[in-house]
Amino acid sequence: MKGFPGSVKNWAIFGAALVLLFLVFLISMAAGYISLTPAQLLRTIAGSGTERENLILFDFRLPRILITVLAGMAFAVAGGVLQSITKNPLADPGILGIHSGAGVMVVLYISFFSVEPGSFVYILPLFAFLGGMITAAIIYVLSYKRGEGIHPFRLVLNGVGLATAWSGAVLMISIRLERSDYQFMANWLAGNIWGDDWPFVFAFLPWLVLFFLIIFARLQALNLLNVDEQAAIGLGVRVEKERWILLFSAVALASAAVSVTGGISFIGLIAPHMARRLVGPRHQVFLPLSALIGAILLLSADTIGRVILDPKGIPAGVIVAVIGAPYFLYLLSRQK
Amino acid sequence: MKQGHSATPSKAKKGWFLLISLLALVLSLAAGISLGAADIGWATAWKAVFRYEGISEGERIIRELRLPRELGAAIVGASFAVSGAIMQGMTKNPLADSGLLGLNAGASFAIAAFYAAFSDFSYWAVMLVSFAGAGIGAFLVFGIGALSKNGLSPIRMTLAGAAVSALLTALGEGIALYYQLSQDLAFWIAGGVSGTTWTQLKILFPVMTGALLLAFSLARPLTILHLGDEAAKGLGLNTFFIKTVLILIVFVLAGIAVSVVGPVAFVGLMIPHIARFFVGQDYRWVLPGSAILGGTFMVLADTAARLINAPYETPIGAVVSFIGVPFFLYLARKGGREFA
Repeated sequence: MKGFPGSVKNWAIFGAALVLLFLVFLISMAAGYISLTPAQLLRTIAGSGTERENLILFDFRLPRILITVLAGMAFAVAGGVLQSITKNPLADPGILGIHSGAGVMVVLYISFFSVEPGSFVYILPLFAFLGGMITAAIIYVLSYKRGEGIHPFRLVLNGVGLATAWSGAVLMISIRLERSDYQFMANWLAGNIWGDDWPFVFAFLPWLVLFFLIIFARLQALNLLNVDEQAAIGLGVRVEKERWILLFSAVALASAAVSVTGGISFIGLIAPHMARRLVGPRHQVFLPLSALIGAILLLSADTIGRVILDPKGIPAGVIVAVIGAPYFLYLLSRQK
Repeated sequence: MKQGHSATPSKAKKGWFLLISLLALVLSLAAGISLGAADIGWATAWKAVFRYEGISEGERIIRELRLPRELGAAIVGASFAVSGAIMQGMTKNPLADSGLLGLNAGASFAIAAFYAAFSDFSYWAVMLVSFAGAGIGAFLVFGIGALSKNGLSPIRMTLAGAAVSALLTALGEGIALYYQLSQDLAFWIAGGVSGTTWTQLKILFPVMTGALLLAFSLARPLTILHLGDEAAKGLGLNTFFIKTVLILIVFVLAGIAVSVVGPVAFVGLMIPHIARFFVGQDYRWVLPGSAILGGTFMVLADTAARLINAPYETPIGAVVSFIGVPFFLYLARKGGREFA
């Protein structure tokens, strides 16, 4: 049966995804402004690299790669959960305006406290989360009609509208920033992974693990919510409560990822779709797979961005949009 | 969705509406010229416009800075509003707007690419480039519509517009960041009509007026198109030809407006709805009404943008969004299921 957790085909797909992620990981470690040969790479990993090689790999590349992988997973899982609880195949935290909501708070933060190391790293995700959550709440309330529930397309439409409002607000605040702060912000908005240092990895990881656990404890509820609310209620799922918890977790994941990577849309859209195509709609199978696919996509995008235009680089968000937007349009045109 | 009212207002009422909105335009222009960071009296403003001598500083501020920018705002507002009205009529999509359907993003992408490629260029070139860019954006969105199984419903078209905008904006940002034009472009986007000069106006004015007049002359076929392609063909209309001309007019209006103020959304969405509320469905009235109202709205928005936090300017796009987004959300809510 397609989608059965233990089927051989699914294990093979998972295995293939893991191998692919590992390969991209290796390439990403080697490639860049100063490329490392396979021999150099191996030597450095084994702990006998030169000082320069150590610096490049452990201080610059590895934290960036890890943060990218984690963010890719967060976007993908957030997107998958949003698609299921809103029953809207086009839901994506970026398109729903959650990224821009988080962006407003980040820009506000920067305009008041400027970009400086230290506690900044740990506070920023909280600010981003606040913005994302406010946006999600507004969209939810606006899309809810008594007796009809949430209308999936109205949800996206409201998200698009709100995203436009937020970008107006961002523009308003950012135009007053100092030139250096502005440059940072422009890069951030375009989805340049900037939190590429170990503290960011450590700040991001527990947040991610926590919400992954919350979501992964509710996979069965997700299955039911996605199929039929009435059936879910009949089976004892407290629909509204579960939906709120899941929504909260998805927004938390997306906002935290946004705070380190900036505005990257479409990963949350594409990854779950590809995963569902490959292994079917059961959340126990497709959600972990979409996390892997999200990581592969974002890491590839970031690596491509770093390599084709080094040293300045093209923000990963730009590369993702170039791939993601056509995919979104393709999905849109296929739907009845 | 049924737009506006089913009962058509009488001709006299429509005439009065146009007259009053024309008066509002003149008044808002007067206010826009007189009010601002520098405190200049109405008398000086009057003198600067009609009996200019160029002696006092106040007169020069008005003549060289405020007058061109407010005239620019009026033209741009009229262009956005009429382009929105035409698109709403052609696509029967009440949510159509050059900002929401990817035209603005296309134009600004094209301008970013052009800035990156050439450092020196004439204003004509910028206009041409943004015209082409608006065309690219619209082509992508409507292309998706043509490829879709059942065409695009208003919501789907808006979503396609959002995705195309995301794509083109990302490309534009990539170019701007790579060539380090980012804040320059941001100032262009946020700067609104502030940089409008008389030289620009001399080019803008005839082009835009021409496009607007051409649009007005096609108002009758547009009204018929709005009823449906079948009806239009039945009445002996060459729908393909008329649609082509109309869409080219939309590119000119939206593209060039973007080249002046940056990608300002929602003017083209809101204004035609307001105009329809007063004059009904007949585009012979909707288009001129939208033009006048759009001009008034933009002049007021620009004046507000200058006054909110004087002497600093607030980006006009942000001011417009603050009014436009609630309007959009209202339409989205009211339209509900019929859009999907």
